[in-house]
Amino acid sequence: MKIPLYYIAYARSGDKGSNANIGVIARSENAYLFLKEYLTSEKVEKFFFRLKIREVQRYELPNLGALNFILKGALAGGGSLSLRTDAQGKALGQAILEMPIEIPDELYPLGEIPSSS
Amino acid sequence: MIKIGNAQAFWGDRIEAPAELLAEYPDLDYLTLDYLSEVSLSIMAAQQIKDPDLGYAHDFIQVVKSLIPFWKKGNKVKVIANAGGLAPRKCAEECVKILKEASCPLQIGIIHGDDVKGIIKADPADPLFNNLDTGAPISSVIKNLQTANAYFGARPVSEALIQGADIVITGRVADPSLTVGPCIAHFGWPAHDFDKLAQATVAGHLIECGTQATGGISTDWLQMPHWKNIGFPVIEIDGSGNFVLTKSSAAGGRVTIETVKEQLLYEIGDPDAYLSPDVCVSLSGIRLAGRGKDRIAVEGAKGKSPPKTYKVSATYWNGYRAEGTLAIFGRNVREKALRCGQIILDNVCRSGYQIENSCVECIGAGDLVPGIAETVSWNEPLECMLRICVSDHRLEAVESFSTQIASAVTWGPQGITGYTGGRPHIRPVYGFWPCLIPAESVTPQIEFKRS
Repeated sequence: MKIPLYYIAYARSGDKGSNANIGVIARSENAYLFLKEYLTSEKVEKFFFRLKIREVQRYELPNLGALNFILKGALAGGGSLSLRTDAQGKALGQAILEMPIEIPDELYPLGEIPSSS
Repeated sequence: MIKIGNAQAFWGDRIEAPAELLAEYPDLDYLTLDYLSEVSLSIMAAQQIKDPDLGYAHDFIQVVKSLIPFWKKGNKVKVIANAGGLAPRKCAEECVKILKEASCPLQIGIIHGDDVKGIIKADPADPLFNNLDTGAPISSVIKNLQTANAYFGARPVSEALIQGADIVITGRVADPSLTVGPCIAHFGWPAHDFDKLAQATVAGHLIECGTQATGGISTDWLQMPHWKNIGFPVIEIDGSGNFVLTKSSAAGGRVTIETVKEQLLYEIGDPDAYLSPDVCVSLSGIRLAGRGKDRIAVEGAKGKSPPKTYKVSATYWNGYRAEGTLAIFGRNVREKALRCGQIILDNVCRSGYQIENSCVECIGAGDLVPGIAETVSWNEPLECMLRICVSDHRLEAVESFSTQIASAVTWGPQGITGYTGGRPHIRPVYGFWPCLIPAESVTPQIEFKRS
C-alpha cells in the first residue's frame, strides 16, 4: 500500500552553508529497518528533482532510528545568497514527509500515526 | 550537578525569555544566550558603518536590564552570551553603564581576538582560506571582504568564569562552546577528556536553538498539548558529562524522545564527525531515555581531538537585493502569478537593466519547495502570493525593480491585491565564506570590566 512518509517517520531540516540537511527519524524500530532499505539517497534526490541537488549523502544512525541526508547544493547559494523564500531549507523536513512510499501490506501498521488531541 | 539554560536562540528571539526562564529556575547556575548566525556579523558590520557605536547585538542590553532585579535580590546566575559580535568591548561598556545606574556591581569578562580579517588580507593566496564548500580562492572576493572571524572554543569562556566573571560577553565563539565553557569551569575537565567534552558539546548543541528542543518546530507541533508560552531548555549535567534535558513544568511545550532526536539531527553533517573547536564528536553511540515528564537523559557521546585549525566565518559584500509581494485570487492563479512576475522583470529590462539574479515564486501554489506539489498531486489553489526577489551588484538596477511592482495592480489579472507595504526595501547582500585558519595564528584575549 501507498502512504505518506509522515505516517512512519518525523523529520527536521536546516542549512549548512549552501547544503541542506534533513534528519528523518522512524516512528518505530520496524519502520527504521524498512526505511534503511527503502529511503535511499537516489530516492531522496529524485523526490527533490527541482532543487538541482549536486549529490545526496546519507548517514545511518541506528541508535536513534534515524537517517541523516545531506543535500549538497540544494539551497541555491545558501542562506546568504539564495533568493528563494526558504533559503535555509527549513521546509524540506515537512516536504520529505509528504513523499509517497510503498510499504508491504504485512508491515502495516509500521508505527503510530499521530492524531490530533 | 549544574543547571545550564538557554533563553536566546538567535538575534531576534523573545527579549522577555531570559527573565522568564530565571523566574522559572531561580537556582539556574548558568544562562547561555546565542545571538550569532552565519551572517549576523555582516549585518553588524553594515550597522557599524552607519553608526560606529553599533556592531553588537543590542537586544542583549535590554536582556541584562531585565535580569538586574534577579541579581539585586541575590540570584547568582552567570550569563554567557556571544552578543559582543564585532564589538564585545562596546557591548560590555554599555552593560557596565546600565548596571552602574542600577547599583548592581558585577564582573564582566570580555572575550575578543576572533577578528582574523587582517591575517586573511595579508595572505589571500593561502589555500586554507579557500571556501570550504566550493573550493574557490578567497582572492576572488577579497576586495569586498566584510568580516572574518574565527570560531573560538570553550577555553576562554571557562577561563573568564574561573577568574570571576558574572557575565561573559564574547565575539564569535562556537555555539555549543557557550555551554561547554561553564562545564569546564565547574568540573575542571582537562582539555583531553574528550568524551566529557563531547557530552557537553551535545548538550550545547541541543539547547543553543532554545525552544527548538522543547517542542518548537517539531513535526507533530499541532498535537502538542500545552502550546502556549513554550519553555526554554535547561540541562542538568554532572561531572561525568551525563545530562538530563528538561524545561519548566510551568511553561508550555514538551521534552520527549521525539523533540530531542529532532534537535540532535538539526543542521548536522557526518554524525561521526560533529566538529567544534573543543572536540570532534560522534553521535553514533548516543542513548536517550525518559526520566519522567519532560525529562530526557542523554548519554554515550564520544569525542576525539579537535582539528588543529579554527573554522572561520567570513562574509563579503555581494551587491543589493529587494523583494516584493502581491496577492492574487482566482482561477489559474499560478499561471497568472508567473506571468505577472515575468512582466515586472521585463519592465525592469526595458528601463535599462538586465537583472543579474531573480527568483519568481507563487507561495501557496507549491513553490516553497519546488517540485513537491507535482509529485504528491494536489489541487491547484484559488489564491497565492506572488513573490519576486532580485539581486544585482548595481544599486540602480535594484532601485528600478523596486519601482516596477506597484503598477501590476492596474495592468495585472483581476484579483491581484494586497499591495500596501510601499516600494520594496533595498538591502545589501553579504555572501558567507566558510574557511579555516591555523589555531596557532589566533589567540583569544580576555579582559574584565566591573560595574
